[in-house]
Amino acid sequence: MADPILSLVDVHAGYDGVPVVFGVSLEVMPGEMVAVVGANGAGKSTTLRAVAGLNNPLQGTIRFEGRDISRLRPHQTLALGISYVPEGRRVFAKLSVEENLRLGAYTEKSEAEIRRRLDEMMRLFPVLGERARQTAETLSGGEQQMLAIARGLMSRPRLLMLDEMSLGLMPTLVEKMMETVVAINRSGVTVLLVEQMVQEALEIAHRGYVLQSGRIVQSGPSRELLDSEEIRKAYMGM
Amino acid sequence: MDTLLQVLLDGMLNGMLYALVAVGLCLIWGVMDVINFAHGEYVMISMYITYWLGFLAHVDPLVSMFAGGLFIFILAALTYRLIIKYTIGKPPLSALLATFGLAMLLKNLCLNRFTPNYRILSDTWLGDRTFQLGAIIVPVPQLVTALLALAVIGLVFFMIRSTRFGWAVQATAMDKEAAELMGINTERIYLLIFGIGGATVGIAGGVMPTYLAVHPEVGTMFGLIAFICVAMGGFGSIPGALVAALLVGFVEALAGYYIAPVFKYVAVFGLYLTLVLLRPRGIFGW
Repeated sequence: MADPILSLVDVHAGYDGVPVVFGVSLEVMPGEMVAVVGANGAGKSTTLRAVAGLNNPLQGTIRFEGRDISRLRPHQTLALGISYVPEGRRVFAKLSVEENLRLGAYTEKSEAEIRRRLDEMMRLFPVLGERARQTAETLSGGEQQMLAIARGLMSRPRLLMLDEMSLGLMPTLVEKMMETVVAINRSGVTVLLVEQMVQEALEIAHRGYVLQSGRIVQSGPSRELLDSEEIRKAYMGM
Repeated sequence: MDTLLQVLLDGMLNGMLYALVAVGLCLIWGVMDVINFAHGEYVMISMYITYWLGFLAHVDPLVSMFAGGLFIFILAALTYRLIIKYTIGKPPLSALLATFGLAMLLKNLCLNRFTPNYRILSDTWLGDRTFQLGAIIVPVPQLVTALLALAVIGLVFFMIRSTRFGWAVQATAMDKEAAELMGINTERIYLLIFGIGGATVGIAGGVMPTYLAVHPEVGTMFGLIAFICVAMGGFGSIPGALVAALLVGFVEALAGYYIAPVFKYVAVFGLYLTLVLLRPRGIFGW
């Protein structure tokens, strides 16, 4: 079996020294799409933020392609090939769509390469091409989410982490976004996504982890989790 | 009429100097949301550098201002690295109080080393050269300072607006975390912005001893005026600080001449109070 692209071993993480994640261990294989699901406040975002380097773990080890990244800062993890699309989109509101995308490729210096990636993003999300000159704040919530994802892809990451991308979107739009994420994953980008929409996330992911109060309580292939009585009761209201 | 023009010219030249001092403070506030209370003391230190280089080694202020700029760049970068860094993300008051302490330290260090005496540098190239423009007398040192201020402010503005570094600075100012996720080393941006903010004021302090006496208290007033320029212009707006600084220069000169010299700061701070009461976000604030 191949080595995992990302592995977390007994990670404790939190804010200002107060842990909200207690000993999370998980693995993501190259090319895989993995979902971390759970209720609001379960520690899903905190886990991703720890991987991105926004808040380093208080304890435990995070490895990316075999390398210990537990103590790296975000610009360093990005340089290694990790891109984190944060919760709440966090687009640069006063900048245009194109400027936002260009910032996503900040570490790339070749203008030709940046253009190539811009074209690629506008093919993936045609609406961004139509609105290239508009400021990000004039976009709808769904369009802003597309911009955030496209911006995250502009650095050509090997691992894309998506944090609550369905938040505040209409159900039809959520479905479309999920389809796009599948397409991104099929193009060769490993995806780790965090979702409150448990069913939708598990339907597209290969495997899943269920996080509850900062601990992983269940994990396995998505199919199994979707069939699990407990999960159906706790998260899908069935 | 000629008198009025003369007064306005003096006001404008002084205003440009204030603008040069203010732009560094403005830059630091705009990007980092930090008010550096030691900003005026940077002016003072830089003036001493020019003074001592001129007095001991006969280096002209036009040369030593670069030394001042470089030295204050380093001093400011150290201020960030050793003090400000630990106040980021803490209540805004902590950076303010820490830099206030630094200001006290620098001022008293100079008081202790250099005595409170006023020192004037003589025999500089620009000296007290003037030229006649119609009926107006133009003082050359102040004119050179004003042109220098314009050049430095223009350079800073260009750097922020049109370079890759400036892009990173703007992104950091808008959303620090999101900027980090773009691969921007915001720690380095902060360090450089603090350094550059210091360097601009170092250059300002570097030319000033040509026509202003150096003493340990000289920076305090400049720091205060820079602060009100930044506040009036709209925190973080460089054009705003420039306009506000010119306004301060004009009001100061007009009140000083037509009312009484001792009254000039009353007018300046009166203007400040009125403006922030009417428009709390400043001239160019949003």
